[in-house]
Amino acid sequence: MADKQQQVVVKRARHKSSVKDPGTPGVLKLTKDRFTFMPNDPSSPVKHNVEFRTIKGHKFTKDGTKQALLNLTQDQGGNYIFEFENFPDRNVCKDFVASAIALSGEAGRTVPEKSAVPIQDEQLSAAEMERRIKLLQEDSDLQKLHKQFVIGGILSEAEFWATRKKLLEQNYSRRPKQRVALKNDMWSTKPLADGQSNRVTFNLTPEIILQIFAEKPAVRQAYLNFVPNKMTEKEFWTKYSRAEYLHSTKNVIAAAAEAAEDEELAVFLKQDDMLVNEARKKIRQVDPTLDMEADEGDDYMHLPIQDHGLPRNDNKDVLDSQYEPYRRSFSQHLNQHAAVVLQGRVIDVELGDTRSVAEALARTKHAELAKDASDVYLDKERLERISRMTEIEDLQAPRDPAVAPLSIKDPRDYFDSQQANAFSTLGDTVSGAKQLKCSVSTREAYCSLKECISEIKFQGLTEPTINSEVAFKVLNGLAQNISSNKYHLGRNPNESVLDSLPKITREELLLHWSSIQELLKHFWSSYPITTKYLLTKATKLKDAMSQIYPKLQEIKESVQSDLRHQVSLLVQPMLQALDAAFAHYDADVQNRSARSGERPNGF
Amino acid sequence: MSPPVPSKILTDDVSLLMVLIDTNPHFWSSIKPHFSFSKFLSHVLAFLNSILLLNQLNQVVVLATGINSCGYVFDSSSGSVSQRAESLLPKLEEFAENDESLSERDDDSGNGVGSSLLSGSLSMALCYIQRVFRSGPLHPQPRILCLHGSPDGPGQYVAIMNSIFSAQRSMVPIDSCVIGIQHSAFLQQASYITGGVYLKPQQLDGLFQYLATVFATDLHSRNFLRLPKPVGVDFRASCFCHKNTIDMGFICSVCLSIFCKHQKKCSTCGSTFGQAKTLDPSASQQR
Repeated sequence: MADKQQQVVVKRARHKSSVKDPGTPGVLKLTKDRFTFMPNDPSSPVKHNVEFRTIKGHKFTKDGTKQALLNLTQDQGGNYIFEFENFPDRNVCKDFVASAIALSGEAGRTVPEKSAVPIQDEQLSAAEMERRIKLLQEDSDLQKLHKQFVIGGILSEAEFWATRKKLLEQNYSRRPKQRVALKNDMWSTKPLADGQSNRVTFNLTPEIILQIFAEKPAVRQAYLNFVPNKMTEKEFWTKYSRAEYLHSTKNVIAAAAEAAEDEELAVFLKQDDMLVNEARKKIRQVDPTLDMEADEGDDYMHLPIQDHGLPRNDNKDVLDSQYEPYRRSFSQHLNQHAAVVLQGRVIDVELGDTRSVAEALARTKHAELAKDASDVYLDKERLERISRMTEIEDLQAPRDPAVAPLSIKDPRDYFDSQQANAFSTLGDTVSGAKQLKCSVSTREAYCSLKECISEIKFQGLTEPTINSEVAFKVLNGLAQNISSNKYHLGRNPNESVLDSLPKITREELLLHWSSIQELLKHFWSSYPITTKYLLTKATKLKDAMSQIYPKLQEIKESVQSDLRHQVSLLVQPMLQALDAAFAHYDADVQNRSARSGERPNGF
Repeated sequence: MSPPVPSKILTDDVSLLMVLIDTNPHFWSSIKPHFSFSKFLSHVLAFLNSILLLNQLNQVVVLATGINSCGYVFDSSSGSVSQRAESLLPKLEEFAENDESLSERDDDSGNGVGSSLLSGSLSMALCYIQRVFRSGPLHPQPRILCLHGSPDGPGQYVAIMNSIFSAQRSMVPIDSCVIGIQHSAFLQQASYITGGVYLKPQQLDGLFQYLATVFATDLHSRNFLRLPKPVGVDFRASCFCHKNTIDMGFICSVCLSIFCKHQKKCSTCGSTFGQAKTLDPSASQQR
């Protein structure tokens, strides 16, 4: 009822609220910036008047399915489903809607210079569109192809990009996905100490704070509890720094003394209970069925040097038990630090706000705890596995191996099929001569072979080895062969014929070549033709190809005479490929028309 | 065991030449009127001696390719003194005896010239070369020369391709000199892939001249010499169902077997192909 150029499209349609809904019959009117739906029944509440600006995309069912549906989706999730009486109607509306959406959405999107507005034929996310546009901008050859085919209407956008998924993905993944990991160096406990005054300065950056919170859950907990109720952040960190200073002096007794005075300081100086709990839980999760052999190297209890090779400065006098909680073990600290660094960044929060960092870390830890607690299934599986491994072997019945049986095909089948294959290949490369039949029995053949050998043994090599005339002929022949090769294939093996052509011709040839590749790719992939869509596609491609065909002929003629031969050598395979495609197309059309003579309704 | 190469500095043109001689008796008796095995041998022996003369450190190893077995018949570096090529003759005779004894009794009526075990001798040559590679940092540059005439054995296709690829990996060029009636597709591909020279001499009684001009060149000199190149290599495939050479066809996506028509099931690997007629236009690909 309307053709594409018109500004208004009016069609009968039913509006459905969902796919199953029978729908309200009415009239759908599409204009450039809005669509309206008026039901046939004037009393029905289903009336719509929606601008295309709010419509973000449209979906539709494929041709040939039960219903001809068109679904217009909005940004907020609302959608309008229309069912049409037949597919041509729906397709007209669909195309109109596509261009209307593109027009109205154009304002918010960057368009490349050649005004290549990609025609939306499917639901595309903004990221995908961006990727495509970026790829087009980067690669000018691709852009030329795109312009030629998609804008020229020969290929659709989806088809063009269908074969280039890898390119798009590559582009996408080029974006750096790596994030900076946690620093491996431990926060130095040696503060900047002024030699003159008694001041000790600590530097705390958000990065360091993150590490502290990750490594010492008690500190994190204390932060959440104390700040901002009991003290300000600065005070908190001052106290913490004091605690660190005390630790660095390794004066346990002084540490105990200060802890006794200041409650909050005590938190920093004591052992970290939360860490202890975590460690205990980890130990429980160790798989007892893992068979690890211990040998002398693992015996670190009796080494003369304690603490894994780190020399201890202070003597090993046993302190009062009241001081034990204040002793800090370097190895423990190192292990904890290493575990945190390996885990990497667990949270994504910005580092500026200390409180939010602390909370985020606390949340992740809680989540982990909850997950572990609820992992009953894992426990069960472990118990089962343990019981299985500790079974006494000779009391068990033999168990079937849990493997699928191999199915090895007989290799002879494969080779036999190769056999005739190779024979026929040979048959093709025979230059006129047929295969010699050997009508001699094996024994005789061997006899004659051995005779030849003994002949030489007794007579020696023939003298002269080779006749001089024959040698001369051979040399001449070889030289001619080599020089003719050089003439045909070029002086320098790296140089190609293309370089010797004038620039314009070269560009044209390359352009035609890449377009032919693209067209042929799509042409051949649409065979065998089973639907109308493929038929139209093949026809369009064939028309495009037949346009290129005469251009190639022209190029051949326009070149200078000394280059003509080489250019025709280059153009020949292109023409052959096109000829093959045309022949196939014509044969197919003929078949189709012969068949449709029997069946009146086409296929 | 070859004596260790002296610790002199090896010049660029020292080569190790592995020669694979085709001793298929059926082939030689079928070609008898044109060219006899004895003439062939005399050309080849003169050539081998001249290789040994080119450089004191050159090595030549000859393998015989029979129809039932392959074997080493000559190694120039065995023994204390470099030997002349004629010393391969007794060994060759022995080899022919051995090969004959391995053939089956009932094969009296000849039904075409059979193929010789090219894949076997290629593999043996490559093994020898590997041993040389591992003998130390100083070793001559190896290459393989196939003097072949028998037709290509289709059952050896996979094995030959494997040896070709392994030669390519170790950077050992395979030169081919085809003395038979027809071109050999296997050897064409071998030389193409490994960077060797493929030649089918027009005049067999000038064989020595061909060998000395083209195949005596060592690998270093090939960088600045121009050697004959074949015009093209026949890479065309044949379909597995009718054995026709085709340019366009259907390929199984599992095992890459080629068919000229649409099939329901791949005859090589047994995988079933999907339906051609579907409602979904994008699924109608060539299988």
